[in-house]
Amino acid sequence: MQPSPTAAQPKVELRNVDLRYFGRDGETEALRDISLSIFPGEFVAIIGQSGCGKSTLLSLISGIVQPTEGAVLLDGKPVTGPSRKVGYMLQQDYLFEWRTILDNALLGAEIQRVDMGKARERAMALLNRYGLGQFMRHRPRQLSGGMRQRVALARTLCTEPDIVLLDEPFSALDSQTRIALADEVADILRRDGKTAILVTHDIGEAISMADRVIVLSRRPGQVKSDHPIRFASAGERPPPFAARNTPEFNVYFNALWKELEVHVEG
Amino acid sequence: MSKVEPAPSSHYRTWLKRERRGRIAVRTAQLGILVVFLVLWEALPKAQIINPFLTSYPSALWPTFLDLLKETPQQPSILTHTWATLMATVIGFTAAMVLGTIVAAALWWWEGLYKVLDPYLVVVNAMPKTAFVPIFYLWLGASLSIYGMSLAISLFVTILMIYSGFQGIDPNKVKLAQTFGASKRQILAKVVLPGSVPTLIATLKVNAGLSLVGVVVGEFQSANLGLGYLIQYGSQIFKMNIVMTAITILAVLSSLMYLAISGLEAAVMRRR
Repeated sequence: MQPSPTAAQPKVELRNVDLRYFGRDGETEALRDISLSIFPGEFVAIIGQSGCGKSTLLSLISGIVQPTEGAVLLDGKPVTGPSRKVGYMLQQDYLFEWRTILDNALLGAEIQRVDMGKARERAMALLNRYGLGQFMRHRPRQLSGGMRQRVALARTLCTEPDIVLLDEPFSALDSQTRIALADEVADILRRDGKTAILVTHDIGEAISMADRVIVLSRRPGQVKSDHPIRFASAGERPPPFAARNTPEFNVYFNALWKELEVHVEG
Repeated sequence: MSKVEPAPSSHYRTWLKRERRGRIAVRTAQLGILVVFLVLWEALPKAQIINPFLTSYPSALWPTFLDLLKETPQQPSILTHTWATLMATVIGFTAAMVLGTIVAAALWWWEGLYKVLDPYLVVVNAMPKTAFVPIFYLWLGASLSIYGMSLAISLFVTILMIYSGFQGIDPNKVKLAQTFGASKRQILAKVVLPGSVPTLIATLKVNAGLSLVGVVVGEFQSANLGLGYLIQYGSQIFKMNIVMTAITILAVLSSLMYLAISGLEAAVMRRR
């Protein structure tokens, strides 16, 4: 199903968003005049070089940071603080070492004071689904990096968000785990019909996972371009690992590589 | 890599033997130092190389202890003295922990408060609190001044240690809680406090020792009970046996407190 920008109301919308940080030695413009619309069920990747403000963009959508100018809207309503519609996966799992795996997965539900009986059932179902059934009573340090990041995903999805923000969630993993987990996560989010926004500096990860790739310029971050990703040769949307083997992948990769103006200083 | 291989290799057996010998050597050296110390303490005064009047002997301590165990009309049993000191210390460091955690939490909650109070906290912490013993005696009276001193000596370092523990919490863990919409109170209860448990135990180790110092010093001035009082009393009537016995009990007491806290620490860390 292709999202049709004219008909549906955007799930997430940014209107002329500016974000500046203030310090005693001056102000820093992190984002300039960002306008975007992301539609229900879309999987959008945002790429840009480090320091271009892409993580800040997610903080704005999640409501933990307010824009200096402009507006962020979820389902047409302005964001004033963290919303239950949004789940946020950070760069690392940040599991609490003093909690068991199950209790870690329940953190969000606990904070949002939802029905804990139901939340517990959901968390257990999610952990079982991710192959962590026998580790519920374990401590985080007893799990590998990939398993820990799966717990973090369960923690995010346990609160049943419509929108999932992914801030380089695989960057702390080794490359094999990373590709395998990308397949799993993309599959889970698509099957549940979640709207997903992935921030990454990995061009391959962006193309293989997303329906659309948005490129941000260097600081101050501005939307430089917006690329729909289609894999016509594969018929249906292939899973990320398979997508990497399509002819389209290389075409997109080269185009985005040029866009990013990667210069290695030396 | 299995540990249940049929026959451990000869290299492994050699390694085990060497490792065991190393551990025994350390224990032997530790015990040796104690023995040498006790032998010198016994022998030097006996040989009149140092004045026995000033140091007493280890062999004199046990009879003195038995003697002090008895209750007399003028003097309660040494167990009563020990109990008084121990209780005052436990009350002192418990109060310091509770108050220190509350104050540290308040400083965390209102960052502006911390910014304002920071220089005062540092200066007060650096002050020699024992200088206040006579003043506390006048202000608080005989028995309260002991608790006062115990608290004064341990409270400020407790506040500073716990606060710096709070600040050392990974900001990303706080951010994670915020993404779920956590209130400041929830961040304190679910992230900052549970994440600071190792800091709290490290602080307890420091302030338990300091509280004991505060109690003993307080007792010098104002008590008619407690090991600090006994030391003061013994030195006034030139009975080094009493002083040394009381000091030995203090050493045992502080070792036991340290062991108890280490046990608590091990129990907590096993759950992480």
